[in-house]
Amino acid sequence: MATATVDHATAFDAAVAADERIEPRDWMPDAYRATLVRQIAQHAHSEIIGMQPEANWITRAPSLRRKAILIAKVQDEAGHGLYLYSAAETLGTSRDELLDKLHTGRQKYSSIFNYPTLTWADVGAIGWLVDGAAITNQVPLCRCSYGPYARAMVRICKEESFHQRQGYESLLALSRGTPAQHAMAQDAVDRWWWPSLMMFGPPDDASAHSAQSMAWKIKRHSNDDLRQRFVDICVPQAESLGLTLPDPDLVWNESRGHHDFGPIDWTEFQQVLKGNGPCNEQRITQRRTAHDEGAWVREAAAAHAAKHRSSTSNGSDSSGSGSGSTSQGEESA
Amino acid sequence: MTGNTEWPLWEVFVRARRGLTHTHAGSLHAPDAELALRNARDLYTRRGEGISLWVVPSAAITASSPDEKDPFFEPAGDKPYRHPTFYEIPEGVQHL
Repeated sequence: MATATVDHATAFDAAVAADERIEPRDWMPDAYRATLVRQIAQHAHSEIIGMQPEANWITRAPSLRRKAILIAKVQDEAGHGLYLYSAAETLGTSRDELLDKLHTGRQKYSSIFNYPTLTWADVGAIGWLVDGAAITNQVPLCRCSYGPYARAMVRICKEESFHQRQGYESLLALSRGTPAQHAMAQDAVDRWWWPSLMMFGPPDDASAHSAQSMAWKIKRHSNDDLRQRFVDICVPQAESLGLTLPDPDLVWNESRGHHDFGPIDWTEFQQVLKGNGPCNEQRITQRRTAHDEGAWVREAAAAHAAKHRSSTSNGSDSSGSGSGSTSQGEESA
Repeated sequence: MTGNTEWPLWEVFVRARRGLTHTHAGSLHAPDAELALRNARDLYTRRGEGISLWVVPSAAITASSPDEKDPFFEPAGDKPYRHPTFYEIPEGVQHL
């Protein structure tokens, strides 16, 4: 038994070292599995909670075109959540368990979604900055060592690109509009810039899981490296928008070949993480309410399916059909 | 909501266009096959990725075990003569 585990561990290490993918039924260290469940679940929850701040503006979108785009984007976020829940389930957790942990606060979601969308321009700023930061984070995850997570990320990144471009286009329209519209766009960027930088997580020297996740090739780049990449990408994009980024220390550093930027307020980050952000309470309450109010639909559909099964099987041994699925998830087979 | 109401899991296969096989796209939960198809359409073909869908109960799939992958697939390992590159053909011989 001990030898078998050692063999398994060697095979796992070799696969990771050779940049091969780990698949659901492969042996993996318990801590690797736990890290993935934590990260994928948090990622899935973020997609689902992230529907709220944007859905807030669907009924008030300024044109039918913008409204249709926003609905499609929010629907995509739901889809992304579902891809990711499926990936998490391949690790032996269940959908119900994941939702329960979100609803009871035992698993987190990205703290960015605890900020409010005060104006229409916030929808554009979220697309440009929040989705932009997410893409910067997610592109390297397409090469993550865990197969189902990497495959979900490939699909998500493809779809995410429209999210960012529609946001940028929307902000550009405002920026080139009336002085009031321009001011609204600038105000949204001013409020979303710093929280977007926080999306990359704590600085490398304070990041609890970074080193191990990089050794396992779950993560491919450090938080600070990705944050720097994002800043460098955003500066010229902001110029083209005709908007400024709210950081007086933001300046090109010729010797580093990167932009220097001002210090991030990590106390704010910690406060929002602890539940003291502007919308923490509202987001989780709305999620729980939606889940509870949808219970009758889920139960009715399950009852309908059970009734249909027993009527088509002529009563002969219908007990084992369907409902006892193994719930191992995508490609567990 | 507890585990006993959880809908079963389905594997989704998408045919991207005529001439191609159905390819595994991912999985989803649904109470029955009809709703699994509808959910699959909404989840995996939002951008015209498919013209045909299969949904299969995950529990109905029988899989080889990763633990025995070496012995299970070993018979093919020592038969290089199944590949065309195994054979030596004089230079200049064409259409072979």
